[in-house]
This record gives sequence, C-alpha cells and structure tokens, in this order.
Amino acid sequence: MTIKKFVVGSFDDEEVLFPAVKKVRKAGYKIHDVYTPFPIHGLDAAMGLRDTSLHTAGFIYGLTGLTTALSFISWVLTRDWIQNYGGKPHFSLPAWIPIMFELTVLFSAVGMVLTFCYLCQLAPFVKKHHFHPRATDDLFVMVIECTSKTNVQEAEAFLAAAGAQEVNVQLAEAGWWLGRYDMEKKLFDNKTETVTA
Amino acid sequence: MSLIKYESFVREPLVDGDKTYHQVTEDIVYTIEAKPTRLWYIGFWISVALLLFGVFSLYREVTYGTGQWNLGKTIGWGWDITNFVWWVGIGHAGTLISAILLLFRQGWRTGVNRAAEAMTIFAVICAGQFPIWHMGRVWMAFFVMPYPNSRGPLWPNFNSPLLWDVFAISTYFTVSLLFWYSGLLPDLATVRDRAKTKLRKLLYGIASFGWSGSTKHWQRHESLSLVLAGLSTPLVLSVHTIVSFDFATSVVPGWHTTIFPPYFVAGAVFSGFAMVQTLMLIVRKVMNLQDYITLGHIEAMNKVIVLTGSIVGCAYLTELFIAWYGANQYEYDIFFKYRIAGAYGWSYWLMMTCNVISPQLFWFKKLRRNIGFTFFMSVVVNVGMWFERFVIIVSSLYRDYVPSSWSLYYRPTIYEIGFYLGTFGLFFTCFFLFAKYFPVIAIAEIKSVLKTTGESYKAKMTELENMSVEEFYAKTHHNDHH
Repeated sequence: MTIKKFVVGSFDDEEVLFPAVKKVRKAGYKIHDVYTPFPIHGLDAAMGLRDTSLHTAGFIYGLTGLTTALSFISWVLTRDWIQNYGGKPHFSLPAWIPIMFELTVLFSAVGMVLTFCYLCQLAPFVKKHHFHPRATDDLFVMVIECTSKTNVQEAEAFLAAAGAQEVNVQLAEAGWWLGRYDMEKKLFDNKTETVTA
Repeated sequence: MSLIKYESFVREPLVDGDKTYHQVTEDIVYTIEAKPTRLWYIGFWISVALLLFGVFSLYREVTYGTGQWNLGKTIGWGWDITNFVWWVGIGHAGTLISAILLLFRQGWRTGVNRAAEAMTIFAVICAGQFPIWHMGRVWMAFFVMPYPNSRGPLWPNFNSPLLWDVFAISTYFTVSLLFWYSGLLPDLATVRDRAKTKLRKLLYGIASFGWSGSTKHWQRHESLSLVLAGLSTPLVLSVHTIVSFDFATSVVPGWHTTIFPPYFVAGAVFSGFAMVQTLMLIVRKVMNLQDYITLGHIEAMNKVIVLTGSIVGCAYLTELFIAWYGANQYEYDIFFKYRIAGAYGWSYWLMMTCNVISPQLFWFKKLRRNIGFTFFMSVVVNVGMWFERFVIIVSSLYRDYVPSSWSLYYRPTIYEIGFYLGTFGLFFTCFFLFAKYFPVIAIAEIKSVLKTTGESYKAKMTELENMSVEEFYAKTHHNDHH
C-alpha cells in the first residue's frame, strides 16, 4: 500500500484520447492507467499493454472439468459400484458425453470468472481510488504516475495541450483496500507509506 | 477515425435520437434513481400475491404429498413437467441473444441483451422448481447430487437423462448468472458513481466489486465475455437437447423420436423470443426506453420468431409423416387417434394454430413493426408453446400400450394450477425488482456502439455516401494520422 502522486487528465472524446496516449508515451511519461466508461478497442495496444491470457486459463479449466467428469464417472461405474443397466457395457462413453460437456463448460466459466476477479482485484467491499467520478459515465481519464524525475507542472501542461478538458494532481493510494463507498474511512487501516515526488 | 468502423447506411440506427454518452447514462439510470411509478407498484404486488399463492400450493403439496395433484396412473407427468419444459424453453432466448448474436456480430443485441439475460435466469429458477417439488419428498432433493454418502456410497446413474438434466440445468443457471453479472459490473459502477444517497452508495458499491474502468480490466472483461459467449452457445443448445432426451430416450410412443433435440431447441428459441417481446414491449413503454429498444429491435426479434415458428411447424409435420410412414401401430395411434383427435385433440389444434399458423403473419413487414400486434402474438406464441409440451406429455401418457392401463381424463387440481401461477409470481417479482434496481439496458455496450450506429452518425454516413469522389477525399483526409 503506497500513496503516490498522479497527474490526471480527463478527455471527453475517445478520438482525442488516442493520439494523446501516443504523445504522452512518446514524451516518456509513465501512464498509470486510462479509465474509460466502455471498452475502447485498440486502446490497450496503444498503451503498450500485452494481450490477456485469460482465455488460455479458460481452456485449462475446461480441460480440468472434462477430465474430472470422465475420470469420476468411469471410476464410479466401472470400479466403485458396478451396476448392470439393461446389459449395457459398464464403460458406456456415449452416455457420459452430456455430463462431460456440462462440466467442461461449468469449470471453464467458473474458473475464468474467479480468475478475472482475482486479476482485476474485484470483490464486494473492495474499494479503490477513483480519479474522476465521471470515468464510468462519459469521461476518458488518463492518469500519469509521477516519479522522482517528473516535473508536475510540465506534465499538466502536456496533458492540457494533448486535449484534456480537465487536468489536476492527486495524491492517492495506488492499490485497493477494504472499504465502503458510503464512508471515507477504511475498514482496516493498513500501514501506508508515502512516496513523494 | 470514425470512418474505420464502417456500418452500412442502409441499416437503421440502433439508438434513436442524437445522444451523447452522458445522455445514455441519464436515460438508463434514471429509472433506478427515480421513485417507482404507481404502475410498478401495482404490477409488483400482483406478482407477490401470485407468488404467495404458489407458496401456499406448495405447502399443500409438501404436507399432504403429491396426491394434491391429479397425477397418477398413467399420467405421472402432467402440468409440472409441462411447466418445467416451458420455463426452460423461455430461458433460452437470453443466452441466445447475448451469446449467439454476439458471435454472429449482430449489433442489435445490445439493446435487449441485459433484460433477456435476466429473464433467462428468472425463467430457469422457475423451471427448476418443478422437478424439485415433483420429487414429493423434497427434503431428499440433494440425493440427485453425486456426493460421498453412507449408503455404499451409492451414486446416481450417470447414464440417465434425468441426471444429465440435473447437470445441464444447474450448469446453465450458473453460467448464465456469471455471464449476466460480469456484464453488469461496469454498469453497477456507473450507478454507484452517480449515487447521491448513502444507502445507494453502499449497496451499489458492494455490488460493483470496486470496478474502476481500467483499460487492462476492460481488456480482460472483453476476453471473458467473448469466451463465455463461446461456451454458452453450445451450452444453450445442449440444455434443451438434454431436456428433449428426457423424452426421446424413453420407449413411450410419441416421445422416442430422433427429431426431438433440434425440434425442442427451435421451440425453445421461439417461445423465449416471444417472452422477450412481451417483457421488452412493456419495459420500453413504462421506462421510456423507446430510443434504445427501437422498432428495428422488435422487427428483428419477430423475424427470429417467424423463422423458429416455421422450423417448429416443419417438425410437427415431420412427426406426423413419420408416425404414418414408420408403420408402428402404437406410434400411429398416438398421433392420429389421440393427438389430432381424441379427448385432447383440442389442445393439439390450439398448439397448431398458435405456433404454426399465426406466426406466419410475421412475413408481412407492416405486422412485424406493429407494436400492438407483436404484443398479442408474443402471448399467443407462449400459449401455443405451453400446449406443445402439454400435448407431448399428456397425450402420450393417457393411452398406454395396454387398454387396461388407459387413464381417465386428466385435469389439474387448484394446487397444480396454483404452483404454476406461483412461478409466474416468482418470475415477475424478480423481473420487477430487476427492472427497478438494475440497469435494464447494457449502458457500456450501448456507448460502445453509439458512435457507429447512432442516429447522428448514420446521418453523417449517408451524407458521405452521397458525396462525389473529390468531396469525399477532401472531407476524409484532412486529419489523417496514419
């Protein structure tokens, strides 16, 4: 948990935001994040983020589900409690396909959603610093993280020149904490260290 | 930049009116922040009353046993399983709209997917009640799950379609719920960030999981939605296929037909879309969302209804043909003596009229775009689809192989009807709460298609289409970054 200094620029048009992101990166500033009200295709690439491998995780979870179903059903029906169902073979694979399929889907979906929540640190009572309340409405909020070398005034001027409608400087906690949105105070006060510019 | 996302100007806009992003938020979140209307209260309390009647009917059934229902020899499945299949069928449209139409890149799904997914979840909850309470000793319901137990352990029969159903329905419910809720997170955050009251801040703060709109999170969110859509597409087909296996793997005449899986899936989509129409026509009117659920959306859904209705009609005729061509005496008798004629002949012809004949009127564009007619038809279709399941189940069961086990005329008791009405209560209570406290339209998704399919953009595109080459070049290359 660290408190850092950020320069925040809010844009009202994604067509201005795109070139601005490129300019800011070119100038050598460190983009902490860009908060948008809806997914903007290509913005992740423009920011230099690598592609997510969430779908690979989903594939692995799916395989786990398939294996679980096949091994469990075959163990039950051919080892643990053998029963004669109308003289049919004990290892009756075609009849197991529905449950194998369902468990593949179930494991994959549940696993992916849990992984998604873990990676994005999303859960009830998780609270984060929101740089602008309208970032979930109609503003595209670019946040530059200040390092010891950053000239704050220069960064502000740069964002304004790049087309930001509103520019300000915020001291904020970079991570998440347990809290409620109707209260300012944290549920558990963690020790915080302040990184000054 | 905007020219890159080219959308044909022939298609009508998905969002009417010249909207900004903020206007979209205002329009959709408005109903959450305003006091419920009188109409909402009336509808809500009627639903709660129905739900309570359902609870009372179940109290009778649990206390005095399934004898409270008119089931018996040979009609072991009656209204309960009819209602089960009917509700599961309705629960198919949501996932179809959100998943299959997403994969097919059908832009119009954005207006209706959220409400349709919610409808799916509530319909599956209602459907699940019937097999559970039908067990009679409902406190033993957990016996269907394969868990280590002290009876051997004795496992359920994994070769049985009834157990496949347990897995299919519970998986379908879980995946639909995850899909719906993960899509809701960003929109709940929108409500949270606008909230003025403490209570709303608290509740939407908890519900939105601390969503911030970070680009990385959106990237993962997109990946998650796409894969969940890819998983849900075969899932939704598998669920009604497996429900149809409950019948098709039996040796009951009129049930053991190989056509059942596709026929059931088409029927499910048919009835599901009809229910979406019923709800959407009310929602757009009551919540003033005509700009988001446009006549174009209604027409698109009516096209799906006429398509699936025709598939269902083909299936009915194929069944009749095979019953004759197959030269099986019992099969022939069921179809030609006890379905199209006989004691339950009226229900067969009601089904035929509602499902096959009347939807054909949707070939006329005028009728497809007529709101009153669409609403009427959406109810007719669901009546017809209820009778389809009733015909399949009851007309096959009331005449067995041996005349000595032929049953008397089956009609439901008040508690069977009450249970059914109770699920209506449950469904609409849930839907009323959803419509009041959740964004009924996917706000973020509407915003992401607003620029390419909104009305003002369309007008601009039409202008470009009509330009000469020189004008077009001059207009589009002045700010070329590439």
